[in-house]
Amino acid sequence: MDHQLLTTLLFLAVVALTLGITIWASRQTSGAADFYAGGRSFSGIQNGFAIGGDYMSAASFLGISGAIALSGYDGFLYSIGFLVAWLVALLLVAEMLRNSGRYTMADQLAYRMKQRPVRMAAATSTVVVSIFYLLAQMVGAGALVALLLGADSQALKNLTIIGVGALMIIYVTIGGMKGTTWVQIVKAILLMVGSALIVVMVLWHFDFNLSELLGTAASNTGKGQAFLEPGLKYGVDTTSKIDFLSLGLALVLGTAGLPHILIRFYTVPTARDARKSVLWAIALIGVFYLFTLVLGFGAAAMLKGDKAADVAASGGNLASPLLAEEVGGGAGSTGGAILLAFIAAVAFATILAVVAGLTLTSSTSVAHDIYNSVVKDGTASEHDEIRVTRIAAAAIGIIAIALAIPAQKLNIAFLVALAFAVAASANLPAIVYNMFWRRFNTRGATWGIYGGLLSSVGLVFFSPVVSGSETALVTGADWSWFPLSNPGIVSIPLGFFFGWLGTITSREPAAEERFTELEVRALTGAGAEQAVQH
Amino acid sequence: MTSDISPHDPHETASRHDPVYDQLHAAPEFAELRRRYRGFVFPATIAFLVWYLLYVVLSNWAGDFMSKQVVGNINVALVFGLLQFATTFLIAWLYSRYSSSRLDPLARELDERFVALEGKSSRGRGNH
Repeated sequence: MDHQLLTTLLFLAVVALTLGITIWASRQTSGAADFYAGGRSFSGIQNGFAIGGDYMSAASFLGISGAIALSGYDGFLYSIGFLVAWLVALLLVAEMLRNSGRYTMADQLAYRMKQRPVRMAAATSTVVVSIFYLLAQMVGAGALVALLLGADSQALKNLTIIGVGALMIIYVTIGGMKGTTWVQIVKAILLMVGSALIVVMVLWHFDFNLSELLGTAASNTGKGQAFLEPGLKYGVDTTSKIDFLSLGLALVLGTAGLPHILIRFYTVPTARDARKSVLWAIALIGVFYLFTLVLGFGAAAMLKGDKAADVAASGGNLASPLLAEEVGGGAGSTGGAILLAFIAAVAFATILAVVAGLTLTSSTSVAHDIYNSVVKDGTASEHDEIRVTRIAAAAIGIIAIALAIPAQKLNIAFLVALAFAVAASANLPAIVYNMFWRRFNTRGATWGIYGGLLSSVGLVFFSPVVSGSETALVTGADWSWFPLSNPGIVSIPLGFFFGWLGTITSREPAAEERFTELEVRALTGAGAEQAVQH
Repeated sequence: MTSDISPHDPHETASRHDPVYDQLHAAPEFAELRRRYRGFVFPATIAFLVWYLLYVVLSNWAGDFMSKQVVGNINVALVFGLLQFATTFLIAWLYSRYSSSRLDPLARELDERFVALEGKSSRGRGNH
């Protein structure tokens, strides 16, 4: 059996499995707390797996192992930022957010501030971050399916994007948070099992001698020891070094501001379970990034000739799938075809789980924050709000499809980095100030969010990513003056600065008085939202 | 749904202030809980951020040091990177231990006091 047919069958199996989960979940869903927060009845370990499934995107699975396969050590640098970032979520955000919010990131700000302006600001930044992230996943899905099915046809890529978009609308509108969570749990298990299998086979090949694996990678790529040292990709000149520092800051501070991660903390009954879920997520994600280290260096060591050229041509994305084929017995062998198809299906499941989480997050924020609070003045019924969430999910899905199809021609690698930069610059300052600064108020929150959002997106607009370089989005014109492709090193301090400036230039006694209530509730859980009893 | 969020509240401002929270806030146990929480998370956050930034800066600007070989092809850079994993796991584990022994008992006590003062459950027996 050839691997294309097997891959197609496994893709269809993944689709059938996830749709089955979704329909099952829809029967367990009866109210708003069910639809938005899974009834707050997931256990810490379940939510830990779901967080892993939400976070370990195709950019991690295919992207990081690919970056290691191509640039050696510098690819590994990425994964460290992605992991250390979870300590910010664990220590400063997860438990307090669980105790003080209900369904969205904005809830926690709106707890002590003027509803409309802060909800509008938080919803805007939620939608912007989610759309950037969503586009990267969908374009990645199109390219991945075309590569794995061995047909570089534009029609197939477009069809995949439309298919992924349609699936994510179905998951969210029918399955809500319960469906989305179970899809993420199943994906996390598949991803861990699939990558563990390949890792063991690679290590077996090198008699579990890491040094030999690294040495073979260094010599096979022809780059020698430099392949094992930092600097191959980011160490070119001072600008690229500062750019890397800027990226590192956005990664480590962005995770705890990603809206689709934040709303996962609402799906457990107590703050203690939120803490447990982050601990599980750290364990899973940490082990997974150690796996990508072996996968990346394994691909660099074991793939030769045409296969190595294929990895380079795919920007690294094919490193893990082709490595799976190699350890399974090589191209043309049954074992190779089975493992390649399996890893391809895992990558596909990965994309589906992440896009479902993003669509749910942004449509919930549109309905709960914008429709109910800003438009309806807080008077919309639960039923009405859920109806709007479903409409918003469909609309966001269609917008994402419409944007992703033309975006395929662009260099989209920066979209995920930009999503992290916006999350770190706009969301994190507001969340941290709100929890720890009594004086913080509505103007501080809105200035901080809009300031961080506009400065991160604005700086990218004036960077070589958009104009003035060979790989820029726009060719033929050059309006760039900001030298870095990653804005975090400037925009994160600006987000904190605007939050501070807005706060000290206005007074809001109600917000300060309510801080007492927020602080007690956040630290003790007194009065926090309860789990649904069925 | 919790009953304290009524659609008839003036929506424009956050106005659901509940005096029970003031009593809890004034309790010495709460001051102790906040002191213990901040006493752990602030130093820990500074420590892991500095440690991570040190790693990024050394990767960028201390190539000679990072490329020193420790055992075989395993160099300082790889060991340093793996140490970041180890410290992340370690801090997470320490916080988990610290919070279950030093934070949770105080938080539970204050939550129980809240339930008694409010005369209603704050968790677990919620209506739907």
